[in-house]
Amino acid sequence: MSEPSQELAAQPAEPLMQLDAVERTFGGGRTLFGQPRPAVHAVQGISFDVKRGETLGIVGESGCGKSTLARMLTGLDRPTGGRITFEGEDLVALIKSDHRAVSRKIQYVFQDPLASLNPRKTIRTILEAPLIHLLKLGRTERRERLETLMQAVNLAPEFLDRYPHEFSGGQAQRIGIARALAADPDLIVLDEPVSALDVSVQAQVLNILADLKRRFGLTFLFISHDLSVVESVSDRVAVLYFGQLVEMAPARQLFGQPRHHYTRLLLNSAPAPGRRNLDAGDAESELPDPFNPPPGCPFFARCPAGTQICQAEMPALCPAPDAPEHLAACHHPAGDDRDPGP
Amino acid sequence: MGLYIAKRLLAAIPVLFGLTIIVFVIMALIPGDPATAILGSYATPENVAKLNKDLGLDKPMVQQYFIWLGNLFQGDLGRSYTLNRPVLDEVMERFWATLILAGSALVLCSILGLIAGVISAVRQFSWADKLITFIVLIGISTPSFWLGLLLILAFSVQLKWFPVSGMYAIYGGGGPLDLLHHLFLPAVTLAAVATGVIARLTRTAMLEVLRQDYIRTARAKGLSERRVIYRHAFKAALVAVIPVIGIQAGFVLGGAVYIETVFQWPGIGSMLVKAISTRDLLLVQGGVLVVAAAYVLFNLAADVVQTLIDPRLR
Amino acid sequence: MSDQAAVSTGQQPEKRRKKDRKGRPSVLRLLLNNQLATAGLVIFSLIVLVAALAPILPLPDPDATAPADRLQPLFSAGHLLGTDALGRDILSRLIWGARVSLAVGISATLIAAFFGSLIGLLAGYAGGRTDTLLMRGIDMVMAFPYILLALAIVAVLGPGLLNALYAIAVVNVPFFARNIRGIALGLSRREFVDAARLSGKSHAQILFGEVLPNVLPVIIITMSTTIGWMILETAGLSFLGLGAQPPQADLGSMLGEGRKILFTAPHVSIVPGLMIFVLVMSINLLGDGVRDILDPRLKSGSLTRPTARTAVERKSVPATDVRGEDAVLDVRGLKTEFEIGSSVYRAVGGVDLKIRKGECLGLVGESGSGKSVSAMSIMGLVPTPPGRIVGGVAMLGDEDLFSASDERIRQLRGGAVSHVFQDPLSTLHPLYTVGDQLIEAIRAHQPLSHASARQRAAELLATVRIPNPEERLNAYPHELSGGMRQRICIAMALANAADVIIADEPTTALDVTVQAQVLSLLAALRRDHDTGILFITHDFGVVSAICDRVAVMYAGKIVETGTTEEILADPKHPYTGKLIDCVPVLGQPERRLDAIEGRPPVVNALPPGCAFAPRCPRAQPDCLQGEIAMRDFGPERGARCLHPLGEEGSADV
Repeated sequence: MSEPSQELAAQPAEPLMQLDAVERTFGGGRTLFGQPRPAVHAVQGISFDVKRGETLGIVGESGCGKSTLARMLTGLDRPTGGRITFEGEDLVALIKSDHRAVSRKIQYVFQDPLASLNPRKTIRTILEAPLIHLLKLGRTERRERLETLMQAVNLAPEFLDRYPHEFSGGQAQRIGIARALAADPDLIVLDEPVSALDVSVQAQVLNILADLKRRFGLTFLFISHDLSVVESVSDRVAVLYFGQLVEMAPARQLFGQPRHHYTRLLLNSAPAPGRRNLDAGDAESELPDPFNPPPGCPFFARCPAGTQICQAEMPALCPAPDAPEHLAACHHPAGDDRDPGP
Repeated sequence: MGLYIAKRLLAAIPVLFGLTIIVFVIMALIPGDPATAILGSYATPENVAKLNKDLGLDKPMVQQYFIWLGNLFQGDLGRSYTLNRPVLDEVMERFWATLILAGSALVLCSILGLIAGVISAVRQFSWADKLITFIVLIGISTPSFWLGLLLILAFSVQLKWFPVSGMYAIYGGGGPLDLLHHLFLPAVTLAAVATGVIARLTRTAMLEVLRQDYIRTARAKGLSERRVIYRHAFKAALVAVIPVIGIQAGFVLGGAVYIETVFQWPGIGSMLVKAISTRDLLLVQGGVLVVAAAYVLFNLAADVVQTLIDPRLR
Repeated sequence: MSDQAAVSTGQQPEKRRKKDRKGRPSVLRLLLNNQLATAGLVIFSLIVLVAALAPILPLPDPDATAPADRLQPLFSAGHLLGTDALGRDILSRLIWGARVSLAVGISATLIAAFFGSLIGLLAGYAGGRTDTLLMRGIDMVMAFPYILLALAIVAVLGPGLLNALYAIAVVNVPFFARNIRGIALGLSRREFVDAARLSGKSHAQILFGEVLPNVLPVIIITMSTTIGWMILETAGLSFLGLGAQPPQADLGSMLGEGRKILFTAPHVSIVPGLMIFVLVMSINLLGDGVRDILDPRLKSGSLTRPTARTAVERKSVPATDVRGEDAVLDVRGLKTEFEIGSSVYRAVGGVDLKIRKGECLGLVGESGSGKSVSAMSIMGLVPTPPGRIVGGVAMLGDEDLFSASDERIRQLRGGAVSHVFQDPLSTLHPLYTVGDQLIEAIRAHQPLSHASARQRAAELLATVRIPNPEERLNAYPHELSGGMRQRICIAMALANAADVIIADEPTTALDVTVQAQVLSLLAALRRDHDTGILFITHDFGVVSAICDRVAVMYAGKIVETGTTEEILADPKHPYTGKLIDCVPVLGQPERRLDAIEGRPPVVNALPPGCAFAPRCPRAQPDCLQGEIAMRDFGPERGARCLHPLGEEGSADV
């Protein structure tokens, strides 16, 4: 995935998936005695499009709602507000009527490769499941398809009759990718697909993903906390903070000229070989209380550019004056009044 | 903290209500005509009809339950037909005997079980560990009623150290010393199984805790091994053991049925056995209800103690 | 990522698989390895066999009374175990009684296991309201003291063996339900259940096809540990006269009848009691054996108690007189092994580390390279069993830590040498406030009163820039964020003016922005206090941010050392080069990722020569022979490589 598909990002393609003010709250409601239960807004009003054929990177730290978002996009969880449409159809309605139809289109690659494989099943049984239940393939077709799949992720076919515990993390993740690929989906949501792997294995998996995307014309939603990985694979990148979308732009632009101050902090605090001084930001501040979120910008407490309006009002997602594709939710975006980027 | 205890107390109320429902339903499930079942097959039809009316059995079930519950609140559990006295009086009188027996057994098994478990874990694979493991295995495999008989044969009949049965000596009895003398054998018998269970669990919990990262931290701080084991590991192991002690209270209270029968201890257990064989179902109902309520309260106490130890539960 | 990689990596599982294939059908063999379990199995099978054969054994009628022959003692003619009060043959009654007890105990177990497991599976998988509803019901039943509920049920149904069976089964349903529910709940949150859902499986298919097979061992364990208990309980009910009714007898009712004549003929009650005991004991022994085999937690001695300090059994001791002149900590030739089963894992195979005053040395490697074990070996924090130090010295000043007394090590731990670990949540004690834990660390080394230690603890929190230190002393670890917790751990490491801090991946579990905070804090403290740091990490980015020098580890050996700048700019060992190149770098999205093919060797079967050779594009035949020595490339710069990068005569990468 070392060559982001520029030509696809450039031409205006019809969106494959659209999110409109998607929201997910946990808890809430009332107890038996009518007391309100505390609610956490894991994802708040997120809207964006996923274009066909692109790799959309989603970056954020723990607790930013990126995994919740991933589960909603694959139909494993349902939004409590807003709308997700896939190829123009409402995803929730689609899941209710036929969850298999959704799984034929959208698949998921999990963070922990070993946990995503049932320890008591052979690889063959695991990979056959989507072929049987989603594609209704016959015995001989399945055998052929399995062979293609194993080849696609570069594993020897004799591995099919082994159990998950016999594999290393990198191999297990390749099996997880093969499982996601089995149903021939259009969109694959990759939730931290390489963060559980050793660094030397990460590259193997990233290279395979890039290869598969090219070969099968897939669309990727790549979720990670690791900025350098996201930068290297993504066409466009969305930055989440505290359940909200704070910035979204083509990868180059976002990494080159970040507009939101949180994105800047993320970039400047990430370690890189040869980088001596990391921006530690304001050492005392932390994430706001999720049970009692502030009315304004959640990043206000840590923001170097914060003013009174930030505290009172959540900024809307606005395009940059010179780049309509570059959205940021900030009252005082960086680069408007001073030097852009690091 | 006080708020938490209050909350827990409130949460126990539905459980207690649940208990009354279960007891009521079980009793309502008695096959055939309950009045006949209570009075026996020799009862006259007039008596049966009268009892049906007295018990409100001619009314619908839900209404019956609330009438019964209302009586319960007024301390009216009905009359035992075999003893011809109010069930509540009989039950409360015997409840203290059971409480003394079960309470002392519980204290005994908790202390012995914890000590044995800790020794077993700290000196893992030593002869002490092997001995304790072996004794524990014997303990949990022995029928307590049989153990009671063996102890009577050995210590009462052969050695004459302890009395064979009862709670107080019939002539010139009374007083705490006499009680202790009578209490010793039944309490030990009753505690035997629970001691084994607690010791086993304590051992496992200690071994598991001793592998935790925070124990490594404690060692890395330069604490003495004593302090690591008794202050850091033991407290964490207790969090796992206390709920089990709570459950063991149930086994001890229930096991009292056997032990009271074997040692003729005048508690609820021996009363229940007699009441079941004479089909004195109101007495059974009263006895079950009181013991179950005591168990619920005890578990509540165990919960509170656990919360005191573990701040994460608050 | 070639096929070759697949094949070469395939050898590893192949070997393991063969072992598995040989081992898998032999749950029985594993059981037979356990002497106690074998004894249990033999006795239990014997009892079952005899009980099953009761109808065809030449036994007298168990119910035939013979008043003339009453209360015959043991070993009397014609009655091996004597007779009871009605003159019935005790041996015959014992065998027939065991038959009844076994049948009742086993059926009650099966009934309870079936319904309990079903409820547990449903509750655990469905979660939410279904779970709450089912488990409230179960809690209600469990709110009764166990036997009491059985008594109440028998009271209603009337005494009788079948009713006793139902009663025992019903009261055991909650045990299965609770146990299974816990496991099913955990499994249902596992990702493979989501994966199965995304593979198009229905809920029923997932519950019975994916979750159940993983729960099955637990069901079997619970069954094997409760069956003995069930037999005891049924016997108990019969003993009270509420189970088997005359003339039918089970072991419990025999005991109950014998009790009436305890003083005159004790054998009538002792013999059936002994039988119950032997039967239950054999089942418990067997059950424990089954549990040990099926419960992964108990496998491979994972429940052995680690000792306070790593065992030191040195076969090689390097000279201790040649001191690195300015080193605070000087480790030479460290070897640490793990003995697991019959194989020995040489996790650390001769490691040299030198840390100067105020210097930060980065120890870099992938998981399994031995970097953590090396660091934990220094103060003896590697758990024994299975670990042990088999070679080397660790000189702290003039003192060899491996030959120091346990008490001396205790003084040095947290004193001259302190530690910061990876996951700040699991490394702090959950039941004590952070203040208590800090004060404890201070008072273990300084003769301070509680009050002044508290004062000092608050100062330490201020040093690591925690706001409101006084207040935070009363916080429990779970009330703090990850970054805060790690700062507490750092404060603890600073408590007694350590010369060296050993930090084992202290920022790996933290978010990037928090990581930056912790790193800058550590860097500042090191400058202020002139403390040496051994910093273990897998991330060259982190190394750049804090380390002066780097040692790269692979398969238990240090393969390259040098200053951070030198190593990053000009790696000599091909592994170091690959390790740097396989990671994407921020700001260089176009960079090609250079994956390392294959996987690291397992340290219980290291090949001769360079352990990296099988994955190395520059490997030559000579790389696979003998010990590869560290080659000097300048002062404090070395690589363990025969064909280093940037040297002609070797194939280019």
